[in-house]
Amino acid sequence: MAFGDQYKKWKVDDFKVSSACGLSGFISRDGHLTGGEVIIESMRVIRERGNGLGGGFAGYGIYPKHEEHYALHIMFEDANGKSRCEELLEESLEVEASEEMPTMPIPQIQAPPILWRYFAVPRREKLTAEGLSADDFMVRLVMAINTTVPGTFVFSSGKNMGVFKAVGFAEDVGEFFRIPDYSAYTWIGHGRFPTNTPGWWGGAHPFNILDWAVVHNGEISSYGINKRYLEMFGYHCTLLTDTEVMAYLFDLLVRKQGLPLPIACKILAAPFWKSIDEDDDPAEKELLESLRMTYGSALVNGPFAVIVGYSRGMVGLNDRVKLRPLVAATKDELLYVSSEESAIRQICPRPDRVWAPPAGQPVIGELKGDV
Amino acid sequence: MPGTMVPSEFIINIDQERCRRCKRCVMNCGFGAFEFKDRTIADSSKCVACHRCVVFCPEEAITIGRNPLAFRENPSWDVGLRKSIWRQAATPGMILTGMGNDLPWLNIFDHLLIDACQVTNPSIDPLREPMELRTYLGRKPDHLEVEPNGNGGFGLKNKVSNNIRLEVPIMFSGMSYGSVSLNVHRALAIAAEQLGTVMNTGEGGLHEELYPYADHIIVQCASGRFGVHSKYLNAGAAVEIKIGQGAKPGIGGHLPGEKIGLDVSGTRMIPVGTDALSPAPHHDIYSIEDLSQLIYALKEATDYKPISVKIASVHNVAAIASGIARAGADIIYLDGFRGGTGASPAVIRDHVGIPLEIAVAVVDEQLRKEGIRNLVSIIAAGGIRSSADVAKVIALGADAVGIGTAALIAMGCRVCQKCYTGNCSWGIATQKPELMGRLDPDWGAERLVNLVDSWSTELKEILGALGVNAVESLRGNRERLRTLGLDATTAEILDVKPAGR
Ligand code: SF4
Ligand code: SF4
Repeated sequence: MAFGDQYKKWKVDDFKVSSACGLSGFISRDGHLTGGEVIIESMRVIRERGNGLGGGFAGYGIYPKHEEHYALHIMFEDANGKSRCEELLEESLEVEASEEMPTMPIPQIQAPPILWRYFAVPRREKLTAEGLSADDFMVRLVMAINTTVPGTFVFSSGKNMGVFKAVGFAEDVGEFFRIPDYSAYTWIGHGRFPTNTPGWWGGAHPFNILDWAVVHNGEISSYGINKRYLEMFGYHCTLLTDTEVMAYLFDLLVRKQGLPLPIACKILAAPFWKSIDEDDDPAEKELLESLRMTYGSALVNGPFAVIVGYSRGMVGLNDRVKLRPLVAATKDELLYVSSEESAIRQICPRPDRVWAPPAGQPVIGELKGDV
Repeated sequence: MPGTMVPSEFIINIDQERCRRCKRCVMNCGFGAFEFKDRTIADSSKCVACHRCVVFCPEEAITIGRNPLAFRENPSWDVGLRKSIWRQAATPGMILTGMGNDLPWLNIFDHLLIDACQVTNPSIDPLREPMELRTYLGRKPDHLEVEPNGNGGFGLKNKVSNNIRLEVPIMFSGMSYGSVSLNVHRALAIAAEQLGTVMNTGEGGLHEELYPYADHIIVQCASGRFGVHSKYLNAGAAVEIKIGQGAKPGIGGHLPGEKIGLDVSGTRMIPVGTDALSPAPHHDIYSIEDLSQLIYALKEATDYKPISVKIASVHNVAAIASGIARAGADIIYLDGFRGGTGASPAVIRDHVGIPLEIAVAVVDEQLRKEGIRNLVSIIAAGGIRSSADVAKVIALGADAVGIGTAALIAMGCRVCQKCYTGNCSWGIATQKPELMGRLDPDWGAERLVNLVDSWSTELKEILGALGVNAVESLRGNRERLRTLGLDATTAEILDVKPAGR
């Protein structure tokens, strides 16, 4: 299916995409940069978990020359959408550089859209006029482009990071986007198995907003209320995928409300009342009870395993009863998280420690303080 | 000429062959339909089909049938309408009735279907996995702030205000002492305590004997202010300001003098035998700012317990609810047009208000649009008949439900609609000592606990099928509902897609 058709289908079909998937990611806590071929190698082992209808990667630290700029990766159905979008960008942003994204055409990746990237910051006068922070301004701009400019989709909008995704198997998508040409301290990969759509480029993972990149295996049974909850805070879920909900929830809780990541994880995968009731530290008990009372609509219910990247780290998290696989491992300063241990061992044959994180317990790796 | 010219609704049939003349029916009928004159004879004109005699006859000698009397068909002159006219032509006045709306309006609940998981997301087995129904009623902050607590964890910086904790999202709706017997209140209080939920006093105050159940009681303050004093206000977990009732929006409570004996008079603080007529509006609430003053006065009087405001579902309910949330209420209790009553003019009960399903959907949506959904909890009541209704109304956006009629049915009520007469054969809607004694509070409580336990188990089964293990993941999750056979506009208002989409 051509990109344009996929795009139209995505715009008109009012149903939610469910998918199962394979995911893998790692972070070098000392900030050491690793070439993209490593994450491709890891994803190749769990090819079975995808069905060729979506694959993608996110790398952090890949644009050191532009680290002060938002790196926008945009896909266009045609030149029309591109020129309309560029007018909008020009109006809102100071664009420092723009170029076609480097790709390597291969037969496994069919009908690519026009792929372009822009390094830019919001125009100062715009921020003052709107009274918004640069981040909030960018979130609004991305949502505006994605919902109003025909045939256009911003799929990456963070600083010094980038998302690359397409319809295809992960390793082919990696080759197409020349992932081995980039070096990153955090790499995340995803291979998708959508069950009820032909798949379209924008629907592949990682899903991104600002510097959040989310790869996700699962289906969110609480989607309807999570979406309505996010709407109260101005987030509009346009993609009809569960993953989008995850990304926005992290953005809301951590970036906008300033909650620490481990607390956000306690909201998304809340502990059971039984364990809260049995907690004998009254302060901890009150904290957990208050979190569940306040953020019940942000509880992400249903099977999921997710890896979330952000500029300073990476977190792996399972749903509260662990209905999808997730394995973690460490080796020196490296933290690995993956759907399968094999995907870790493929790129780290002798880890120091391998474990299965318990349900709802996040595995967090962050850059060390001085990095 | 017979008084009303209205033929009997029901025909009592006694099989004289089987009757062993034990007179139980004579003693049991609250409406005096039986007499004993060397054999048992029945006066069908008095029968309300409350089935007390049928249940207590040891020989199964009694059958109650519909009066087969034929009327010439005329759909515009329904027999019920003809009977009302005969009655009103005989005695001027409004036709009184009890229980909820009995006209065959569209029931939206019966046009909503619930989703389930297959393959892509697994369903969860409630017999093997935890399934959580705990619900908190009251105001929640829109976000929390935490700070490092010094030993690797975090501590709360802002606290959540007082909430009521329910172990099940089902509570007992307000039914006043006076309208129902003290034994009903006793049964409700015992059951609420056992279930970890609350009962609502209704507008007739609270008998001192029930003060120990304070944590499981919401005390109501209605326009008549019956039984309202500072000790009473503090005798519950929350206070409810009753503005309106689903069965009779826009009019006040009505308790006939016959139901006001010594005990009721003491609790209500009114003379024995006087009609207790609540004014239609609160005489200190003529606008939203007046309501706000009362809300804060009650908060001050109760050391900031949650304040609930009960309103009937009327056309403009969404805007009204938003005003109530902004006026400082912690809970909004929405009562649908199918809600029950002890006594109401039939014309109001049957024709005023809107369905609960719509009220919940539009109120939840409006509060979300305004970003203030967290300010209040929504209780949905007035027409909840089963655990399926509970699940559906929670999915539409309610935090919890209130059940009144269902609770009475559990204790024997037959929905005969004669509550306003005070003759309830089942000892529920009566103050006559000989009838009241028929309801044993412990027996009633056990039946209530069984009912709510059953519904909770069913609700857990529904959650499991939906692949979620906490009720908050169903709350407001309209994505998991579909309509069937519902018109497109109503579906759009409910924000529920049709089956197949
Ligand atoms: S209760 Fe039954 S058996 Fe007893 S007198 Fe009445 S009809 Fe006869
Ligand atoms: S409470 Fe009593 S009088 Fe009222 S409907 Fe039920 S059985 Fe009839």
